Amino acid sequence: MAQITKKEVDVVVCGLGWAGSLMSIELALAGLEVRALERGGERDYPEFAYPKPADEYAYNVRNKVFATPKEVAVTVRYNMDQTALPTRKWGAFAPGTGVGGAGMHWTAVLIRPTPTDIKLKTYVDQAYKPGILQEDMRVMDFPFTWDEIEPYYTKFEKICGQSGNTGNLRGQILEGGDPFEGPRSEPYPLPALEDTLNNVMFKEAATKLGYHPFPNPSACVSRAWKNPYGNTIAPCNYCGYCSKYPCLNYSKASPQTAVMDALKRMPNFSYEVHAEVVKVVLHDDQKTAKGVIYYDVDGNEVFQPAKIVVLSSFQLYNVRLMLLSGIGKPYNPITEEGVVGRNYAFLSNGGATLFFKDKNFNSFATAGATGQMFNDISPGNFDGPGLGFLGGAKIHSSQATGTPMAAALPKGTPSWGMGYKEGLEQWYNHSMKISITTTCQSYRDIYLDLDPHYTDHRGLPLLRMTFNWKENELKLQQHLKGIVGNIAKELNPDSMSMSFLPMGADFDLTKYVSTHNVGGAVMGDNPKTSALNKYLQSWDVHNVFVPGGNAFPQNFQANPTDTIGAITLMAAQAIKEHYLKNPGPLVQA
Amino acid sequence: MLLQKPTTRRKFLLGSLLALPLSDLVFKGLTAAQAAEMAAPELADYKPIFFSSDEWQFILAATDRLIPAGGNGKAPGALETNVPIFIDQQLHSPEFGDEIYMQGPFDVHAPATMGYQIPFTPQQMYHTGIKLVNQWTQSSYQKAFHELTLEEKDAVLTKVNKNDGIDFAALGEPNLKASQFFSQLLADTKHGYLADPMYGGNKGMKAWIAIGFPGARASFTEWVKQHNVPYPLGPVSIMGERA
Repeated sequence: MAQITKKEVDVVVCGLGWAGSLMSIELALAGLEVRALERGGERDYPEFAYPKPADEYAYNVRNKVFATPKEVAVTVRYNMDQTALPTRKWGAFAPGTGVGGAGMHWTAVLIRPTPTDIKLKTYVDQAYKPGILQEDMRVMDFPFTWDEIEPYYTKFEKICGQSGNTGNLRGQILEGGDPFEGPRSEPYPLPALEDTLNNVMFKEAATKLGYHPFPNPSACVSRAWKNPYGNTIAPCNYCGYCSKYPCLNYSKASPQTAVMDALKRMPNFSYEVHAEVVKVVLHDDQKTAKGVIYYDVDGNEVFQPAKIVVLSSFQLYNVRLMLLSGIGKPYNPITEEGVVGRNYAFLSNGGATLFFKDKNFNSFATAGATGQMFNDISPGNFDGPGLGFLGGAKIHSSQATGTPMAAALPKGTPSWGMGYKEGLEQWYNHSMKISITTTCQSYRDIYLDLDPHYTDHRGLPLLRMTFNWKENELKLQQHLKGIVGNIAKELNPDSMSMSFLPMGADFDLTKYVSTHNVGGAVMGDNPKTSALNKYLQSWDVHNVFVPGGNAFPQNFQANPTDTIGAITLMAAQAIKEHYLKNPGPLVQA
Repeated sequence: MLLQKPTTRRKFLLGSLLALPLSDLVFKGLTAAQAAEMAAPELADYKPIFFSSDEWQFILAATDRLIPAGGNGKAPGALETNVPIFIDQQLHSPEFGDEIYMQGPFDVHAPATMGYQIPFTPQQMYHTGIKLVNQWTQSSYQKAFHELTLEEKDAVLTKVNKNDGIDFAALGEPNLKASQFFSQLLADTKHGYLADPMYGGNKGMKAWIAIGFPGARASFTEWVKQHNVPYPLGPVSIMGERA
């Protein structure tokens, strides 16, 4: 196929999900010529207008709007001595694709971490006696203060139309919100979503046991919302098709609904789909990038020169692209030298499913983010040091979907035959869940690199993940099992099943957890332990910026999207205010 | 035989109305769901496009045991809801299984927690799995699977499910476990039972009606506040049929 060289642009953005669309609009608003390249296809309104997304089989089972493993598998192994195997089908996580990326089919829980979460290393040093925690743990602080990042959370939440109850307004604790949240400069833009029956039951039980539940902060908007870019998002109609589905009601904040409609109208923005970026091309001195190479829809190899390169694909693929391009030194888990690939982290989930003969949950009448949660069991809010582990969880009851293939059945129900059929008819719509979403620390020997055996369809190495559960995370699971068990008992169901990781459990790639994979190209203060500075700028190649979950040095219990939005907006602001005037490192190492 | 039924008013109607488009059927005084059910093919008359006729006999017999007809409650069985047609049409579609990363080498002895690590597409798994189960029943019962009694079928499926007593390696296929074939078959059977009827199964939305799922209604702004009150409306499908 032909080799094509395009006209130089100010900014090339690789990946058009949340990070890419936010970076695009912010830099385009500053007058720069921005061109975005998206590996997947176009995702436009007619494709997800009612009733098309109301299709559990296509979206939830067949992963209609996800990247396929055939295109972007990664390989996984439990430790450095093993040969990694490819994710031939998605299981524990499932990356998105196309315009909007995973931001089009997310569950839209839009929540901040706590101030302790972003200064976790400082907390550990103050709260834990040496020797309590695992020696191979490598937690770090985020390289900014709460006051520095807070305005960008506020800005992103206005872009999304965050719905919920304010818990801490400039230091004043407010009834009905999360008393553990960091001080907010402004209240939530919109009131909380409606509560479903499981929410009310969970809230009552948790409150009785002394916890502080509050409605899930949500980007499924509770009222019509006009955002700062001038886009209007419609009120959620609780359609029941949310997580893994594009929104059929234009109600879930997504790159499409919240950003792209305005962005597409800007003459200095353009984008190309089915444009697969394979490499960032560096100048000979390796200090700056001159552009990117991608394959277009016809298979042509295209060079797109650019003054600034933004890598904004999914976390795993940002790390892979850095490794394939030689941006930053690859991490070595033996010597602990190198920065690209270090501090990978995932997270765990689990919980209890409660069955009630006489309760009808109408589980199909729901938004993805409908729910109540409490944050009492997050770092700093309970006696983690006394229990000998670091971390915590948000504990929540959500009703994310009520579609029948996802229906839970009581323990002992046969998986096939008459018993299955009768169990399904008897118990569908009669269960609720109490769930945990946990923190996950980073470790010396948990990391990402390029696989030596398996390649993609272009012969390029797949990304390799070395990951397994550590004792710290399993101890946390055991502690949470007790708490969830107590809440469940309080609710007195007819039957109940529990699902928590036992001590010694291996990472199970077959059961979906979430797609909150983080780390691998983390932000920090020290170029010896981080790939990016606080403005998501490569320490090594100063015109490359890498917004995404890759920047998190470990995983917290809050869902990552709010933070991905906030750090991206902070980086965009730094590019506009400082980098354009004086291109070079924004932080001196 | 499993699928032989007396001629019914329903079948008579089907014969005389089948040539009409769905919208015209509604004008004949039928509900949209009744019309849709009639427009759906009759399982007995269906000619499989993926499966051979021997394989088709296996699929009919196996899905009938995985989700049987009758029992307590009103839920129909896999055959009453055209589940085999769903499976046949899915396997025939070029997208089905095309998302799987199939580059070798394959480590078929990897722990189950590492997920799908076999050198088989789902389509290949069906061809191989059906052949080997029939081979096993031939040597144990001197019959193909579909010719066994109900009890024998259940016993065989239990062995296949649990990899207990049927060893695909001993039958000449070391890279596929019986349980892996069973998992694929069971998952596809449940999907055909509960998916939107436009995919060929869940005929007449009867599985949804039985469990109380409203299908593609997808708007519950007022209803979300009604707690512990059964939702009163029947399902709608993506094509607009109502029941």
